[in-house]
Amino acid sequence: MAILIDKNTKLLVQGITGREGLFHTEQMIEYGTDVVGGVTPGKGGEWALGKPVFDTVKTAKEATGANTSVIYVPAAFAADAIYEAIDAGIELIVCITEGVPIQDMMKVRAHLDQSHSRLVGPNCPGLLSPGQSKVGIMPGHIAMPGNVGVVSRSGTLTYEVVYALTQRGIGQSTCVGIGGDPINGTNFIDVLKMFEEDPQTEKVVLIGEIGGTDEEKAAQYIANYMTKPVVAFIAGRTAPPGKRMGHAGAIVEGGAGTAEDKIAALQAAGVRVADHPEQIPDLL
Amino acid sequence: MNLHEYQSKKLFAKYGVPVPEGKVARSPQEVYEIAKELGGPVVVKAQVLTGGRGKAGGVKLAQTPDEAQALADEILGMEIKGHKVLRVLVDPASEIKQEIYLGVTNDRAARKPVLMASAEGGVEIEEVNRRSPEKIIREHIDPFLGLRDYQIRNLAYGIELPRELWKQFARVAHGLYRCYVESDATLAEINPLIVDGSGNLLAVDGKMSVDDNALFRHPDLAEMRDTSAEPPAETEARAAGLSYIKLDGEIGCMVNGAGLAMTTMDMTKLFGGSPANFLDIGGGAKAETVAAALRIILSDPNVKAVLFNIFGGITRCDEVARGILAALADVQADLPMVVRLVGTNEKEGRQILDEANLPNMITASTLADAAKKAVAAAKSA
Repeated sequence: MAILIDKNTKLLVQGITGREGLFHTEQMIEYGTDVVGGVTPGKGGEWALGKPVFDTVKTAKEATGANTSVIYVPAAFAADAIYEAIDAGIELIVCITEGVPIQDMMKVRAHLDQSHSRLVGPNCPGLLSPGQSKVGIMPGHIAMPGNVGVVSRSGTLTYEVVYALTQRGIGQSTCVGIGGDPINGTNFIDVLKMFEEDPQTEKVVLIGEIGGTDEEKAAQYIANYMTKPVVAFIAGRTAPPGKRMGHAGAIVEGGAGTAEDKIAALQAAGVRVADHPEQIPDLL
Repeated sequence: MNLHEYQSKKLFAKYGVPVPEGKVARSPQEVYEIAKELGGPVVVKAQVLTGGRGKAGGVKLAQTPDEAQALADEILGMEIKGHKVLRVLVDPASEIKQEIYLGVTNDRAARKPVLMASAEGGVEIEEVNRRSPEKIIREHIDPFLGLRDYQIRNLAYGIELPRELWKQFARVAHGLYRCYVESDATLAEINPLIVDGSGNLLAVDGKMSVDDNALFRHPDLAEMRDTSAEPPAETEARAAGLSYIKLDGEIGCMVNGAGLAMTTMDMTKLFGGSPANFLDIGGGAKAETVAAALRIILSDPNVKAVLFNIFGGITRCDEVARGILAALADVQADLPMVVRLVGTNEKEGRQILDEANLPNMITASTLADAAKKAVAAAKSA
């Protein structure tokens, strides 16, 4: 089972001939992801890593039957790439690109909400359903199949947690990086809902960080609807207010978005919150 | 990126928002000249990128050019919340009949811009929000439809603005919103927007923040960045493509990834130390990047130990190990260095570090272990 991606994922890579796109496509193919083709405007008809390259997402989808796309294009072109995938009717769009302007994302969100597509990201490491499919940039070898769902706003911190789980023999159903931007396509609640409904997933790990109120909302959702146990970790207890901690979304503004508030909200919802990532396996 | 008041008001004016005809000065003599030219009473305002200027004595009213010069002499060079005043804005003083707040920002939760108005102008909007949130009227804006006239009327009605000012208010609101959109701002705020002696609206104070991620399409705005307001190490880090924020602890942290960098900081605190910085070296971690990062960390005299926490995913630990050694050959440092390398090729990476046999290098296997060792090393240093 798993969520969002599995053996039936047919992946299109937007920006396949770029440096990042090419490198990670190779990694995804090696992992066993069914990459059916790529898109680079102006390079239609060429081949990359044995996969056909198309000029547009629409033609690529028609020719390959792709149901998922992953975006590695530069930030200035990311919004356009997302619109193109939405309008071509791609069901799941995963945007890895970091640094997409927030006003672009507000428009993307407004358009996305009128469509049938789901967007994960931007500024995210992507998705990994161990043993089935990998979409994005997560290192495949640190994960193993199992029944813990992982959802996170971070990249390497997610790897740290997944690695700690795997080292202790605790496998994962799907690892979802929702990204570190203030406005994204998929939030914690969307993913928690999918994990709650997924028969493979028995427990959930939520990795949050300072900024915004998504963790607080997730806590409310967990208290009201989740039957599966959730363990959480929140990064940024020592972050000073008013400073953006690397991620565009990681900022304490006007006293809101602190780690303390998030931890308190999660604990009030019955979530066990780890003091550090290596404690997570013990709490599960 | 935050803009100064004078920069923000200059931008507002471009979009038809009425602002006082003031000028910026760097010396008391210039202030005298500007005050003389403006004639009449003036306000001398410290230009620093922080709030609470008024309370700190950075905003003063002067009746004559001589008085303005004397006040400027006090204000220039003053420190306000750690920000040195290098410039003052000299604006003609206005008679204030009413103070209004008008601002547009990104509402993260609604994922839309929101235009806010309040009859309680002149105080920080966060303060109004805490005390009496009902006094802030909000209109969310569909980014495709833009700001509509009826929304501005909703605000004017909500703050009980006299009807004869509605037309002017609409011009100001449209101007401010266009300025926000066309500058890729995350905040554009007029506080206060006053009703002056002749019954007209005037933006006497303004503030703008621009989305750093959008600066690539606004070279003119990027040039407005005031690097004198930030620690030099942060400026240097930006030039090197690193994300660095100076803190006041004693453990320098070098980490790949923002979330993991924050976690590493938190863990030094958890085990009784405190972080000297946030630093994300990003993916790849080439030797030059590691060297630049190390130089920046060591430029902070408070640093007593350095903690490297690298999770090799796509990044290979052996490459990072070589990067660290190259950096240490380049940057002389005898501080204790705690290194934790984990993930892809970690064995090879550790072997490289072991063979180098550096007396001040301590290796660690887990994150907790690394944080504890760094705290201990900093304490005994």
